Amino acid sequence: MVLASDIQVAQNIGFGIIALMMILAGVGVIASRNVVHAALSLVVVMAGAAAQYVLLSAEFVAVTQVLVYIGAVMVLFLFGVMLTRAQLGKDADLNNKNAVIAAPVALLLFGVMAYALIDGFADDKIAATTGAGAQPQDTAAISDLIFKPYLLPFWALSFVLLAAVIGAIVLARKD
Amino acid sequence: MLINQFLLLGALLFCMGVYGVLTRKNAVMVLLSIELILNSVNINLLAFDAMNGGSDGNVFALYIIAVAAAEVGVGLAMVLLIYRNRKSISLDDLSEMKG
Amino acid sequence: MFAEEAAGEAAHAAAGWFLEHAWLIPVIPAVAFFLIIFFGKKMPKGGSEFGILAMVASLVIAAGTAYQWIDWSHHSEEPIIKSITWWESGGLKFGIGQHIDGLAVMALLLVSFISTLVQIYSTEYVRGDRRYTHFFASLTLFSAGMLSMVLAPNMVQFILGWEIMGLCSFMLIGHWWEEEANSRAALKAFFTVRTGDMGLLVGTAMLLAIFGTLDIGGEGGINHLAATGEFDSKSMLMWAAIALFIACIGKSGQFPLHTWLPDAMAGPTPVSSLLHSSTMVVAGVFLVARLYPVFHTGLDINIAGQHFNFIAVIGGITILIAAALAFVQNDIKKVLAYSTVSQLGYMMMGLGVGAWMPAVFHIFTHAFFKCCLFLCAGSIAHTGSHHSFDMKTDMGGLRKKMPVTFWTWIVSTLALCGVPFFSGFFSKDEIIDSAKHNHYTVFGIIGLIGAFMTAAYMTRATYLTFFGKARGGAAHFVDGHEDHSHDEAADEVHHDVDGLDTHRHPVHAAHDDHGHGDIQHGKPLPFAPSDSPWQITVPLIILGALAVVSGYLNAAPFKLHYFEHWLESSMGLPFGEEPGMIPEPPTFSWAAAAPSIILVALGITLSWLISKKVFGEEKNGLQGLTQRNALLGAGHKFLVNKYYLDALYEGVIVKAIAHPIARAAYWVNQHVLDGVVNAVGIGGRRTGEWVYRNVDQRVVDGAVNGSGATARGAGGVLQPVQSGKVSMYGALLFGAAAVGALVLVLVNS
Repeated sequence: MVLASDIQVAQNIGFGIIALMMILAGVGVIASRNVVHAALSLVVVMAGAAAQYVLLSAEFVAVTQVLVYIGAVMVLFLFGVMLTRAQLGKDADLNNKNAVIAAPVALLLFGVMAYALIDGFADDKIAATTGAGAQPQDTAAISDLIFKPYLLPFWALSFVLLAAVIGAIVLARKD
Repeated sequence: MLINQFLLLGALLFCMGVYGVLTRKNAVMVLLSIELILNSVNINLLAFDAMNGGSDGNVFALYIIAVAAAEVGVGLAMVLLIYRNRKSISLDDLSEMKG
Repeated sequence: MFAEEAAGEAAHAAAGWFLEHAWLIPVIPAVAFFLIIFFGKKMPKGGSEFGILAMVASLVIAAGTAYQWIDWSHHSEEPIIKSITWWESGGLKFGIGQHIDGLAVMALLLVSFISTLVQIYSTEYVRGDRRYTHFFASLTLFSAGMLSMVLAPNMVQFILGWEIMGLCSFMLIGHWWEEEANSRAALKAFFTVRTGDMGLLVGTAMLLAIFGTLDIGGEGGINHLAATGEFDSKSMLMWAAIALFIACIGKSGQFPLHTWLPDAMAGPTPVSSLLHSSTMVVAGVFLVARLYPVFHTGLDINIAGQHFNFIAVIGGITILIAAALAFVQNDIKKVLAYSTVSQLGYMMMGLGVGAWMPAVFHIFTHAFFKCCLFLCAGSIAHTGSHHSFDMKTDMGGLRKKMPVTFWTWIVSTLALCGVPFFSGFFSKDEIIDSAKHNHYTVFGIIGLIGAFMTAAYMTRATYLTFFGKARGGAAHFVDGHEDHSHDEAADEVHHDVDGLDTHRHPVHAAHDDHGHGDIQHGKPLPFAPSDSPWQITVPLIILGALAVVSGYLNAAPFKLHYFEHWLESSMGLPFGEEPGMIPEPPTFSWAAAAPSIILVALGITLSWLISKKVFGEEKNGLQGLTQRNALLGAGHKFLVNKYYLDALYEGVIVKAIAHPIARAAYWVNQHVLDGVVNAVGIGGRRTGEWVYRNVDQRVVDGAVNGSGATARGAGGVLQPVQSGKVSMYGALLFGAAAVGALVLVLVNS
């Protein structure tokens, strides 16, 4: 028996609107003829994703997403667009001929995944994240996880970041 | 909230990202599509985390964000380099194979 | 074979060395032939040394053989047969060796003797000839061939010798082949004899079929089997005899194949005297005599009631027509040639009426006097008539200046005519006698007429040659100057005598010019002071003596029968009066011989008178008779054209048969045979082209190209996969992943 408190109407509506926005923006990313429009659509997608993270009571990640992803990565993207002088404005033909193969592949993939998901997680519910009985996210717990069980990936990640920084500088410098 | 709605959303974004990677000629657009994919993965991770109550998903989502940043940095550096050498970042033009 | 030989050897272990080794007689000249061919040109005398030595050696052995045979024949009638098998097939043995009996001994002696004399004669006669060495080589080979034929123990060796003789005849007649007439005469001789030789092969094959053996003598030989009647089919034997006789017609110049003999006079005179008078042409007679039982039984020669048979008829016809032709000849050698044909007719007729012994004896005596006559003619041409044989234009009055030639000629002529006490009388007369005695009366009469004609034409020839005024070349010789007065006259009457238009020049009407090339008439030639040199006159004397003496070997009037005794065993049949036996020659009586003696005397006298009138200087009514009288003129023309037989043979038979056949054969060759070959070639080429176009180009190359195209196509199809475009690789990757996911889901659900 479904209780009204189980349904969480507000979250669902919130989710729905944000999801719809993300989807439209995603379409914009892949279908836009303008590179800048595509980049900006991606910003919308990321923002939406951040909102979804909040719904999922992963506030730290949401904040990190906004700060890092949108704040740094997308700016980097826009720099790249600028430097490569990609056509600002309408581009004649941004899609290649692979659309013929890509569409069926994507659809097939989505179909398979959808089927698997519906089949696998049919009615599993997420516990309430707000209101009574909601468990807030514990940032300390995250850091504990980072520095204890997942320390090694953390170091590897730092090496990756180091390599990326050095590599990017080396690759992109003019001499 | 059903977990499926988040998962399906993630799957949808993922497939759209796949489509974009395969279809786009502009190298930067391809990288954008890759970001889309990574974001969908993040949603997936956090959805499961919310369902199961642990924090591991959060950790890895953070890691993914960091990796994505590194990857975008290097990727754009390469695009820049290619642009300098070939004067074009259309993936079609990058092929040196004959025929 | 060895057993027979051993027994045979034991049987005549007492036979002497010569009898056992008589097979050397043909071998020595054969070896000499090769020596002359290989070394003759280097020898000082041009190879004639080998020839003469070889013939002398053969003569010595032959004489020894004859002596020992005479001894042998006293106590034995067995011939000495020795044979080595040189080939064996299907139970049939072909041997080579000797069969020595009286007939063979006679022939061996005769041939070797005359060959020796002729070779000595030739050293002077063809002196300086352009092919001196080859002449002697051919003469020697001829002797080898004939000698091997006469002692042949089987038909194969007989045919071998026969053919060698034919070959040598061809080579020798055409010795001066630079002149077309000579080579034509040689070909004519060869082909005419060849026509007859078909009969020889057919007849031999039939003999083999009838008797199962080709051996002539001995217990199992043809003669014995034929004599004792051990064969199946009499009619087949008759046909075999006829077939063999056809060969004799060709070789011995009987009617109708006699036409080659007079033309054979184109050869040098030694050739004429050796081959075409004494030895080769009697090969046919020899064949009949050798295989007499076959002929005697096959053609029923002495069966009671028989008055005609094939051999006698042919012989009889030959006697008369040849004698008639001898009257109209101007060439002395042609007179002698026709005389030879006529005498051969006598021999054949003799064999045909069952007079074996007289016929064979006539071979013997005829050889001597005829050879002598020919050698005299050669002597005249060589010395007296300026290389001409034309009696009317270049001879006459030679008797004073050429006494040896003259007297030997006279002696031989008397022998030929059958004047008593010369050799011819004893042989020819017996033939005529036997004919009458053996109930072949017609042929006896023919023989008498022939004797008359012989006497007449020989007298005519003698008169023209030796008597009267010297003309032309003879004038040059006799008087020391050239006599042109008769040349124009001779030119007028010298119409186309024998149809050969090649020699309009009177002096060169004869073809025997000694190979000295065209003699310029008008240039004074040195004349011989007297008769011919000794190489010529000595053989003449020897032969002349023999022309007288040889007859006494079988002189019936004087009861001398040596010849008969020695050769009796060779007949193959015994004397007797029953069927299958040969009648004994009749006992001689002067009364029986009288008709022929009278006719001969008549012939000589009449001919002398007429010749004196016609060919003498005083004008009288007989001269030019044949031109004034139409009937006589027609008869003369008929004779001059040799009964138009040559025209018949060459113009009609050869043209009508040979030319169409030759043309047809040529057509077949060009269109059928070559057509088949060409068609095969064209077909092959077309097939090749078709295969090239369709199979090679389309199928094979198509397959090869197709495989290449397939590979390229496949590559082309697959090529876009390796586009170098990242998106493509990504697409493939994700596509594979999607398919994999699908599979996974399906498997696990």
